[in-house]
Amino acid sequence: MPELMYREALNQALAEEMERDANVYLIGEEVGRYNGAFKVSQGLLDKFGSARIIDAPIAELGFTGLSVGAAMVGLRPVVEMMTWNFAILAMDQIVNNAAKLRHMSGGQLRCPIVFRGPGGAGGRLSSQHSQALEANYAHFPGLKVIAPATPADAKGMLKAAIRDENPVLMFEGERLYAIKGHVPEGEHVVPLGKADVKREGTDVTIITWSRMYYFCMQAAEELAKEGISVEVLDLRTLRPLDEEAILASVRKTNRAVIVEEGWGLAGVGASVVDIIQSKAFDDLDAPVERVTGLDVNMSYAANLENATQPDAPKIIAAVKKVLYREGA
Amino acid sequence: MASPYSKELLLDMYRKMYLIRRFEERAGQQYTLGKIAGFCHLYIGQEAVAVGPVEALRPDDYMLSAYRDHGQPLARGSDAGMVMAELMGRGTGYSKGKGGSMHIFDIEHHFYGGYGIVGGQIPLAAGMAFASRYRNEDRVTVCYFGDAAASQGALHETFNMASKWKLPVIYICENNRYGMGTAISRIAAVPEIYKRASAYDMRGEPVDGMDVLAMYEAVKDAAEYCRAGKGPVLLEANTYRFRGHSMADPATYRTKHEVEEERKGDPIPKLRAYIKKQGLAQDDVFETIEEEVNALVDQAVKFADESPEPSLDELWRDTIVEEGEEDVRPRERVLGQKVTWPKYPSGQELKVTWDLEPREQAEAADKKAGLIR
Repeated sequence: MPELMYREALNQALAEEMERDANVYLIGEEVGRYNGAFKVSQGLLDKFGSARIIDAPIAELGFTGLSVGAAMVGLRPVVEMMTWNFAILAMDQIVNNAAKLRHMSGGQLRCPIVFRGPGGAGGRLSSQHSQALEANYAHFPGLKVIAPATPADAKGMLKAAIRDENPVLMFEGERLYAIKGHVPEGEHVVPLGKADVKREGTDVTIITWSRMYYFCMQAAEELAKEGISVEVLDLRTLRPLDEEAILASVRKTNRAVIVEEGWGLAGVGASVVDIIQSKAFDDLDAPVERVTGLDVNMSYAANLENATQPDAPKIIAAVKKVLYREGA
Repeated sequence: MASPYSKELLLDMYRKMYLIRRFEERAGQQYTLGKIAGFCHLYIGQEAVAVGPVEALRPDDYMLSAYRDHGQPLARGSDAGMVMAELMGRGTGYSKGKGGSMHIFDIEHHFYGGYGIVGGQIPLAAGMAFASRYRNEDRVTVCYFGDAAASQGALHETFNMASKWKLPVIYICENNRYGMGTAISRIAAVPEIYKRASAYDMRGEPVDGMDVLAMYEAVKDAAEYCRAGKGPVLLEANTYRFRGHSMADPATYRTKHEVEEERKGDPIPKLRAYIKKQGLAQDDVFETIEEEVNALVDQAVKFADESPEPSLDELWRDTIVEEGEEDVRPRERVLGQKVTWPKYPSGQELKVTWDLEPREQAEAADKKAGLIR
């Protein structure tokens, strides 16, 4: 299996799906002649032409709504948000139209569309460019929300998202694009709604997704040196949540820590806690811990930025707390 | 001078306008009886704006509207009973009672919905027109919106793209002069909405929205222009709603005098007078049409009223499309009538030949502008 960067894996998925289905097109700011702000669409304009790789004006609401309309009559658009921060301007079209068309039409319409782009903290970009916003969208019925951590999942889940008959929102870690990993060639489709045990363990389950996955793996390695066996469950899909996988892992380890880049209040992790406490309370040996972004806006200063986000030491402390170990 | 319009066309227009009028009067009545709830935005006074365009278009042209959306589907041939059932929240409604008054959808008749967020449907229409170009079909999309929506960013973002990409879409602004209770002249820097098209190098013109024949001509012409690939058109239909914004609005912001004056321009008697003057039909013909429509609307109300509420398990349907799930065809579901459903080409059948920005052209333009690539 070749090693690819996360962005290359996405590029491969897009190219393969566009070749497979002429209804698929990509639209967004700088996706064409600039080859993508984060180079995800590198080379696609040359391959597919300007009718299918479309440079949009900086008008997120407009080109998002336009693509929802195209999906209503049978095309399968992929809308690239230069970052999810800008998608806030397009939220009305995603939430009020894409998510609700099937319902409001009583099942007459479908809206097969993918909204994708980088989410989460950038490198010192301050408040408006550094936000993990997936929880906002996970709130809405009618949407699917995915956030793959590895290049292989990025490819397989983007392919599944493009083939899905529903609106799918894909959060790619802005700082994951250059991460490398083995990616299966060709037909590699990862089903949406399925979490993945990325590391087996027996003492505690860490539940996470997207970029935080790497901090969790780092923490797990550190803890292994102290004889603590950590299971890392990568949710991958945030809506619908894979209840079965969450419960199976917690029932095995009896302890859980949830790690989320976004703010804790009304976060996805809060719903994971709800699932665990309502369906696996008797299996728990300790209260569930959460490690989340601090409840503040993101700062530019390097030390403040770092302090705002979860990291391996914070995760290690949380694991020790649920194990009633020292320092907790 | 002899009328350039056939008797058949004129009487069909009359019938449709009268149907919308009568339907809306009965809807208003059902609202006061408590059988219709939520918002119920009546179309009374604006009938010509729906009927003229419908007659000028092909049945397979796409159409969508805002929340004042009962008129267009009725004009296009939707089942009046099923529209009324939707207003009453019954399982036999077009959306099984999940959409209500503001969200009538009848895909069989290529009516792609009513939308409740002001201006939110404007980009959707451009996307449907984009799909037509993408697939090299000569279909046009017609999108209705109100005067207040002309101030939404969605309109400006969309006009820019629609014009730049020459999308076959006709925007019909139903300027009834009030965005809810606020007169357009109070909140718009330029109250003549059609002028906004010029900012995007797009064709824009005012039309007498109280004259069904003027609407017919304007849309016929605009559709030809769109089908020829010349780009989008904005028509500002100057019209007036005789009732409040919705049934919940007593419309006290308008003087009685103003409404009385406007009622003199009622499009329905106007068409009737024209037809009579042309000698194409006399009162007995109109009376027959009216009797038929009255019976149809009575039947629609009865059908809706006697229809059951949707079953509770409907709550769990139509949110996410499950794998292999078919789309719901309302008339087939409710009345057991076989309907034709739009079929979109699969990825294998579709050949995209359109170039949005031909590479050679773009590069030549860059070179001319002295840009280094």
